[in-house]
Amino acid sequence: MNLHEYQGKELLKSFGVPIQEGIVATTVEEAVAAFTKLQADTGTEAAVVKAQIHAGGRGKGGGVKLVKNIDELKENAGNILGMMLKTPQTPGGVDGPGKLVRKILIAQDVYAPDFDACKEYYVSILMDRESKRNVIIYSTEGGMDIEAVAEETPHLVHKEFVDPTLGLQGFQMRKIAFNLGLSGVAFKGMTKFINSLYTAFVKSDASLFEINPCLKTGDDRIIAVDSKVSIDDNALFRHPDLAAMRDTDEEDPVEVEAQSFGLNFVNLDGNVGCMVNGAGLAMATMDIIKLSGGEPANFLDVGGTADAERVEKAFRIILRDPKVKAILINIFGGIVRCDRVAQGVVDAYKNMGNITVPIIVRLQGTNADIAKVIIDESGLEVHSAILLQEAADLVADVLKKA
Amino acid sequence: MAVLVTKDSKIIVQGFTGKEGTFHAGQMIEYGTNVVGGVTPGKGGTTHLEKPVFNTVDEAVKNAGADTSIIFVPPRFAGDAIMEAADAGIKVIICITEGIPVQDMVKVKSYIEDRDCRLVGPNCPGVMTPDEAKVGIMPGFIHRKGRIGIVSRSGTLTYEAVDQVTKAGMGQSTCIGIGGDPIVGTTTKDAVQLLMEDPDTDGIVMIGEIGGNMEADAAYWIKENATKPVVGFIAGQTAPKGRTMGHAGAIIGGADDTAEAKMKIMEECGILVVKSPAHIGVTMQKALEK
Repeated sequence: MNLHEYQGKELLKSFGVPIQEGIVATTVEEAVAAFTKLQADTGTEAAVVKAQIHAGGRGKGGGVKLVKNIDELKENAGNILGMMLKTPQTPGGVDGPGKLVRKILIAQDVYAPDFDACKEYYVSILMDRESKRNVIIYSTEGGMDIEAVAEETPHLVHKEFVDPTLGLQGFQMRKIAFNLGLSGVAFKGMTKFINSLYTAFVKSDASLFEINPCLKTGDDRIIAVDSKVSIDDNALFRHPDLAAMRDTDEEDPVEVEAQSFGLNFVNLDGNVGCMVNGAGLAMATMDIIKLSGGEPANFLDVGGTADAERVEKAFRIILRDPKVKAILINIFGGIVRCDRVAQGVVDAYKNMGNITVPIIVRLQGTNADIAKVIIDESGLEVHSAILLQEAADLVADVLKKA
Repeated sequence: MAVLVTKDSKIIVQGFTGKEGTFHAGQMIEYGTNVVGGVTPGKGGTTHLEKPVFNTVDEAVKNAGADTSIIFVPPRFAGDAIMEAADAGIKVIICITEGIPVQDMVKVKSYIEDRDCRLVGPNCPGVMTPDEAKVGIMPGFIHRKGRIGIVSRSGTLTYEAVDQVTKAGMGQSTCIGIGGDPIVGTTTKDAVQLLMEDPDTDGIVMIGEIGGNMEADAAYWIKENATKPVVGFIAGQTAPKGRTMGHAGAIIGGADDTAEAKMKIMEECGILVVKSPAHIGVTMQKALEK
């Protein structure tokens, strides 16, 4: 689960990580009040208006603006709130429709008064799958796209792996601060920053922390100016406070609805919908669709209980997409009996009454033969298959006729 | 001989008396698997499915001689259950549980590293040696005893491969579901190595998916050490970048862990890569005819 920048910063602050202070606003009026309060609380003169969406590259898309006074604030807050912000990471990229900005963060200007004395760094923490340990990745090249930095100047990207039993050690924090070229007050500040950041990462069951930039201010303080935070979905049961931060406005509405039915669903751009039991088989089914000349319209794992009710819900979700020209149902029945699934498909089909796209049902495993008879004798516009290759061929046939 | 589990394995079920544990332990026993008991803290001394229940894995090892464990414990306690099994001296620990927090597995992996045990899973269908031991949730009837080893990160896609192998007139030596999580105890390479060294296995089916570098690791190992044909498939050729596709570990992080990149490396390492999951069985059949 992804957090907004302002939520991530709240989380960091609660663990003692110094942050760029800010106040979130949803209207221009709130933005004005936030600006005034921020000036009083932090002594900042200017402020930064930052669009809060779940995507990076906001600055380049015009979603981050420095404002020096109330008039500039009103103008920019008004422009950014409600805009469709396009960045390389929003759906469809910079040429896509962008993402609606519903919230902005009014943040203090941490680069004042001496912009030239500031220095930006990059710090992130994640679980490294290869070593199966948490790793702190850091660089002197802050404020830039770290993948590009790693590509062009790999020697400037450092990694520090953390022993899972012992945790982060003092020498590791010092090593990071030295490698970043810090000394004196800033050196101390960085070791403390890394220490509290790592504690926050582990204690909040995060899967990603990315602080870019992490700033050394003119007076040698180290603070997080941005935050990209993802929390491990499987650990949300121990963090009800973080689970409550979920913003479904940032997610695909169809995916949110599917999730409420307990369906594991990912919306895609293709023309053939699919409904499968098991994640691996679902991915393989998408691949089959592609090889048969179609493009998958979705990923959908219906799970272990593919009864009539679930199948109907899945049908409704898939058919919400007008691009869908055919649906492939692929169930490998183990514990699930195929005849029950077949009956579920027939019942759901009859209940809905208005399915106009052809449906290919491939049922294999327990009672697959009985299932095929149920489908074939239902009198519905449903093609049945037992072998995966037969199903693939049927998809190709149906697409040729469409 | 087969690998990991045989008719001689002495198996206990952790989370024995729960709903999942009861159902699947029942199926395992029905298949003829040598289940010697189960563990549910607080229910020690009772009997369940006509087998003894113990309070701790340690008791089960001492009293029933258990050497293999299958875990059906809910996610928030599953990491603890794995460590308990390792501490008690269980040699093969098979964890079915899906949804264990990653940070728990970071600790578990480190805890079991120096202990004499092998973890399979979590988030896996288990391990099956046909006609000997079904230690998992897979449907028994699709398997036939034979000489093809199967390694896979998925559940139903493994069944698909098993079914194709059976229908093509071959059977399975051992099927190892290694699991779909970002951290798993037995990697693709580990499982392939076990089967490569097994005298009762003639060919290996290796099924991977997007995310991570396990298949590439296995491929490089196979290039240097293969003595039998390996047929490979990677699920998720059409999966978008940055989205989790059901399995917590099935997410494309960069250019190296796409299906395309993995299949290319596998091909370069001499694996018979199939683009269609419908071709797994026939490809293995042809490879063995040569």
